[in-house]
Amino acid sequence: MKLTLKIWRQQNTADKGRMVSYELDDVSPDMSFLEMLDILNERLILEDEDPVAFDHDCREGICGMCSLVIDGTPHGPEKATTTCQLHMRKFKDGDVITIEPWRARAFPVIKDLVVDRTAFDRIIQAGGYISAPTGSAPEAAAIPVPKDDANDAFDAATCIGCGACVAACPNASAMLFTAAKITHLGLLPQGQPERYDRVTAMVDQMDAEGFGGCTNTGECTAVCPKGIPLETISRLNADLLKAYRG
Amino acid sequence: MRDVSSVTRSTPVATRPRPKTPSSAAGPLKRYRSSVGRKVVMAVTGAILFLFVITHMLGDLKAFLGREDFNHYSYWLRSVGAPALPHRVFLSSLEAGLVVAVILHIWAAVSLARQARRARPVRYAARPKVHENGYATYVMRYGGVVILLFVIWHLLDLTFGAVNPKGENATPYDKVIADFDPARWYITLFYIVAVILVGLHLRHGLFSAVQTLGWGRQGRYPAIRLVADVTAALVVLGFVAVPVGVTIGVLK
Ligand code: HEM
Ligand code: SF4
Ligand code: FES
Repeated sequence: MKLTLKIWRQQNTADKGRMVSYELDDVSPDMSFLEMLDILNERLILEDEDPVAFDHDCREGICGMCSLVIDGTPHGPEKATTTCQLHMRKFKDGDVITIEPWRARAFPVIKDLVVDRTAFDRIIQAGGYISAPTGSAPEAAAIPVPKDDANDAFDAATCIGCGACVAACPNASAMLFTAAKITHLGLLPQGQPERYDRVTAMVDQMDAEGFGGCTNTGECTAVCPKGIPLETISRLNADLLKAYRG
Repeated sequence: MRDVSSVTRSTPVATRPRPKTPSSAAGPLKRYRSSVGRKVVMAVTGAILFLFVITHMLGDLKAFLGREDFNHYSYWLRSVGAPALPHRVFLSSLEAGLVVAVILHIWAAVSLARQARRARPVRYAARPKVHENGYATYVMRYGGVVILLFVIWHLLDLTFGAVNPKGENATPYDKVIADFDPARWYITLFYIVAVILVGLHLRHGLFSAVQTLGWGRQGRYPAIRLVADVTAALVVLGFVAVPVGVTIGVLK
């Protein structure tokens, strides 16, 4: 396959940045999207050019490091799939592909396609934990959890913190990410002691980081590689209302 | 040229953002200034305005019961509770409540829209594809502004009579008949467009309010959307009936 890539290049946070076009021949449909970028980078390094910086780690869809807004869609055209698990067979010979970083004030660009997502870490630090004593694993049947709650909590816990929800949101809101953690911990007995302090603190931190508010459009869930459902946001809202009312 | 030296950490530890006043320390009302708190304000005031819109629509439809009924309804609104309540006290209190609801609704909407604008300083080069209901955000924001302008015109028209052909001293029924005369088709058209925008506003607004108040669940979404869509459609039909009725001569 022959492709034209339009890639966002930005030297550092202070740099203004710009789109740069690259032509790439001999792309195999079996390559992953990131392998395709690796090929481009090998060429750039041989030409003594600066390779394109992009985030990645596990390349198996579980770590949440990879990102990229591909033709306007975070993680590209395949539903419920991270960029690292996206393959070039989803594209056609001769395609022009636009590749941009997550765009949000709370996610400043570090270089090229790499953004700083530590805002998410600080939201978690604000309350996304439980104060259970650690030590040896407790006996599994000691604290019964209704099956439906366990299912919903587990679904919410699959969030990998990638930030695609923020990138897709017309308001650059971090609600889906935050709500996934609120739902995960709020449905389980271990999460109850801090339940209402957690939601207030995490929402405050989310606002302080400069994310936008939620308008319930569902753009986030449509791109989420883990299919975190919209109801998590409503669960967060319910907990916050309860916390505010006291 | 390859250059890694210029890559900097974007957020030095010392400048990491902290909430100014944590909601837990803020007063019982100030808490509602958080992003979710403002959505709650928007949902509750929106629900009040929705109840007004429904009552208003039903009141309008009284025009089909005839001139006497319609004018009497308007008279009744002003004399509710008489003689215990002085003239217009009931209506004026409702109006005061509506003004407060409108102000809070718009305050929440404007401040959230500004927060959203600040949250994405650099836009995407590829037009972000809309995957779900992303357009709703623009329909609500720009549509909301048009609805506000319409309400101002509408008050000058049918409440104060300032821009009505019959002036301020005609009966409500005569004002309505004069308003939507076929020769004034552009006014009728403006009303229809505004009412459709109200319908679109309600379509997303009703769904969104349910979600914001914490009642949204996966299994309930289809039903919530259906109710919101049907209600919005009924509101549009109900409001369009009177102007169109006048224009085509069913009401005269
Ligand atoms: C298109 C169909 C509509 C017609 C024929 C209509 C007609 C009227 C009439 C005759 C009045 C004066 C009532 C009186 O003096 O007793 C009025 C008042 C009013 N209308 Fe409408 N209306 C329509 C749509 C709307 C919509 C869609 C809204 C807002 C979303 C709206 C908001 C208002 C408000 C705020 C008042 C003043 C209420 C008060 O202060 O008592 N109207 N309308
Ligand atoms: S909610 Fe989905 S899109 Fe958002 S950070 Fe978690 S996995 Fe990524
Ligand atoms: S690189 Fe780990 S999820 Fe994509």
